[in-house]
Amino acid sequence: MTSETETTPAAPGGRALSAPLMGHEAEPTLFDLSVSGRSAASFRTTELPAWSAEELLPAELLAGEAARLPEVSERDLVAHFTRLTHRQYSVDLGAYPLGSCTMKYNPKVCDEAASARHFAAVHPAAPASCTQGWLEVLVELEEMLCAITGMSAATLQPAAGAAGELTGLLLMRRYHEERGEERHRVIIPDSAHGTNPASVTLGGYEVTTVGTNERGGVDLEGLRAALDTDVAGIMLTNPNTLGLFEEDIVEIAAAVHEVGGLLYYDGANLNAILGVVRPGDMGFDIVHLNLHKTFATPHGGGGPGAGPVAVSERLVEYLPGPRPVRLPEGGFGWARPSRSIGRLHSWHGNALVLLRAWTYLRLHGADGLRQVAEIAVLNANWMKERLRESYDIAYDRTVMHECVLSAKSLDDETGLRALDVAKRLLELGFHSPTVYFPLIVKEALMIEPTETESPQTLAALAEALELIASEARAAGSSESARGAPRTTPVRRVDEARAARHLVATYDQRSG
Amino acid sequence: MRAPFVPHTEAEVAEMLTFLGLASLDELFATVPAAVRLAGGLSLPDHMSEADVTDRLFELGERNKPVGRSLVCFAGAGAYDHEVPAVVRSLASRSEFVTAYTPYQPEVSQGVLQAIFEYQTMVARLSGLEIANGSLYDGAASLMEGVNLAVAATGNSRVLLSAGVNPRWREVLATFSHGPGHEIVELPLVQGRTDFSAAAGEPAGAVVVGFPNFLGCLDDMAGARQLADATGARLVVCYDPVASGLLKSPGSLGADVAVGEGQPLGVALSFGGPYLGLFSCRSRDVRRLPGRLVGETLDSEGTLSYVTTLRAREQDIRREKASSNVCTNQTLMAVTAAIQLGWLGPAGLREVALGSARAARYAREALLGIEGVEAATEAATFREFALRLPVEAEVAIERLAEEGYLAGVSVREGYEGTDLEGTLLVATTERRTRQEIDGFAASLEKAVR
Repeated sequence: MTSETETTPAAPGGRALSAPLMGHEAEPTLFDLSVSGRSAASFRTTELPAWSAEELLPAELLAGEAARLPEVSERDLVAHFTRLTHRQYSVDLGAYPLGSCTMKYNPKVCDEAASARHFAAVHPAAPASCTQGWLEVLVELEEMLCAITGMSAATLQPAAGAAGELTGLLLMRRYHEERGEERHRVIIPDSAHGTNPASVTLGGYEVTTVGTNERGGVDLEGLRAALDTDVAGIMLTNPNTLGLFEEDIVEIAAAVHEVGGLLYYDGANLNAILGVVRPGDMGFDIVHLNLHKTFATPHGGGGPGAGPVAVSERLVEYLPGPRPVRLPEGGFGWARPSRSIGRLHSWHGNALVLLRAWTYLRLHGADGLRQVAEIAVLNANWMKERLRESYDIAYDRTVMHECVLSAKSLDDETGLRALDVAKRLLELGFHSPTVYFPLIVKEALMIEPTETESPQTLAALAEALELIASEARAAGSSESARGAPRTTPVRRVDEARAARHLVATYDQRSG
Repeated sequence: MRAPFVPHTEAEVAEMLTFLGLASLDELFATVPAAVRLAGGLSLPDHMSEADVTDRLFELGERNKPVGRSLVCFAGAGAYDHEVPAVVRSLASRSEFVTAYTPYQPEVSQGVLQAIFEYQTMVARLSGLEIANGSLYDGAASLMEGVNLAVAATGNSRVLLSAGVNPRWREVLATFSHGPGHEIVELPLVQGRTDFSAAAGEPAGAVVVGFPNFLGCLDDMAGARQLADATGARLVVCYDPVASGLLKSPGSLGADVAVGEGQPLGVALSFGGPYLGLFSCRSRDVRRLPGRLVGETLDSEGTLSYVTTLRAREQDIRREKASSNVCTNQTLMAVTAAIQLGWLGPAGLREVALGSARAARYAREALLGIEGVEAATEAATFREFALRLPVEAEVAIERLAEEGYLAGVSVREGYEGTDLEGTLLVATTERRTRQEIDGFAASLEKAVR
């Protein structure tokens, strides 16, 4: 495709090579900028009596001195945090092909919805008569999530995917307990996200790991051998972390249900199958969704997310409460399921994240979501085919929303490892893919372009990855990437040193 | 319909399919068994344009009553109407913070990493403990993780839990305790303060107390510490970060672990989320710390840099042996809190604490002047207090909402069958004026008559 001039190819919108990252000095901390006696804060005039602390509170509990906080002007506060933002990559800056993370574009209209006073300034304990708009949003969101997953009801309380997983495991536990059964094990494929086994432990279960077959799916025979009536359930990501659809899902579901176990769907990769297939139709009983992945709510540098959990009919009465509901007499209110596992969140979940997802879903509708999945899958397959000559393909078949490549051959030939590829890519204007995950692929490079990156961006990203491989092969060494990244605010950081000499606060700095 | 944020033209899609040797987009999904594939589309409302969605949001928003001049906020219970200046909203909504992922590539994530480092320092100082993590989901999640740390550190799963801890947090703790199987023993309240003598002398893993507690009362922290020492437990203190502007920190009062709700540090009420869980502990427990921790290091040229550290605790490396399952946390809210604390400084935080306590004193006196209204607790309070009304708290709240006041939060869940059930928990912040409190008192007087 050509640009406006009709003579030169269109430039890639997702390459960030022009970002003006200035200088190589470290940014001082806010504590370094502090000057005793300086301040920025000001408050309302209240006309209340000026009682002293001693008149208000027991003297023995008063702190001798004020809490130590930095003392800066508003101007310096703005300059400091603005400079920090200039040292930070983001989706708004360029492509972010982190596999498993679904770093798609975050629509601005969703942020605007979440900043509106009529949503953002509502107290969570306000009576339902004051929160009808909020309750309607939450009920509608639950209904849409159920339609997308093929489930009967959902809780919106879990604040992130891992919280959703733990919720799902507690629902599983309650289900078996109610049937008078004590089961001890949960099955997890060896390709699973680390949160799965960690959640299983917190859910009070033991992990049984099953292997991966030569096509990248669950080893069905291994699974059958591991199944018995001690198995509470299985946690699956589908498509799995190799970006592959579990072709044997119907057989897997039947085998797990056969022994009375439940199927848990880890929704990390739901983006691939929106409108194509629903977890409920595949036989799953419990589904968590990552709204900060699939439905484009911004990730905030590591949160907030939202991890609603949807369940099939037989688990509805165990859901956490209170739940927002439609009232028979009209309007909206709260209700607790009769056999609820109890509350999971201080309030109602990450409400403003839920509102953003509601907005995203209303912008898309059924057709829009189906196209999201189609183009996400198209982009990932295009990347895999394009990079076939440069990198190994872990499992060579049609992938879903992401492809897992490997730098194994490149490492054998030149000593260039996946980490070097990641660091060299940073100086070519792109965030790196996920590296060294899934654990079962050596030198893994997990690339998830998402549907919002254009063909031009994809091509530029592919060219950069090809260049990294070809320059190493031409030199027969990893020399080209050794010093990378050279253009970033800091050069390659020493992670081992941070753990060896732990300095996790300004006060732990020596000298 | 085209998905609004998909850039591909039809010609580009066709070109890509050709490159893949495919005839249609459907062929991409050939590995999905036909038996489970969705026939027809998803059953969802039709897509809307941005303009139409915005109109719809406006309609829905009008059915909410936000706090402000037309609904003056006296509700708290863990969510407070504090001053949040434009500068905090502006900086915290910068898209580099908002649209970044977890800082897995530190060379291009120094902005978020340094902001978390500064946040960790501030939380460590407010709590009076050496180490703070980069945030958890909310106060309840921090409590749950604090108890898990205490149980793991002591090898004892008996948890002595004050009934003064936020009842919703206690319920969350109970929910999550089903998995690991903690034994929770409740320590009752007497006149708003925890009766620590109620716990038998058996060893325990955790003693948990609120400071100030849910009813705003200031518990006997020496008693809490003594009980922890006598039972071999870690002392977990649920604190209000605003209180640290005036009161002794949890650490200086003997806490081993301090957990709290960080919403008062610059986060909008947001109908309950996203907020952030504050979490800090002593250095000896750092390897059991849940969630992310940012540490300082050097880059290859010796420049000071930041990176997530002690990663070997975390789920993606230790899997089923991890200290917690937390992955995504509430980083953006932690950054927000750091900005707010930078704006406040020590004098500002003291002003917030003092202003909140002054308003509480004034409001308490004004409301207790109403016939039939009584104090539900006798103990000293910080900025929140419970009142017994001649009517049920819920009735008063509904009536007051009509008059333009969010009167407080009803005390019920977690206090069933106690003399506190049905009382009204009233909270104040530095934003409450004499005029607002006088108006509130006048309206409450009418409402309970």
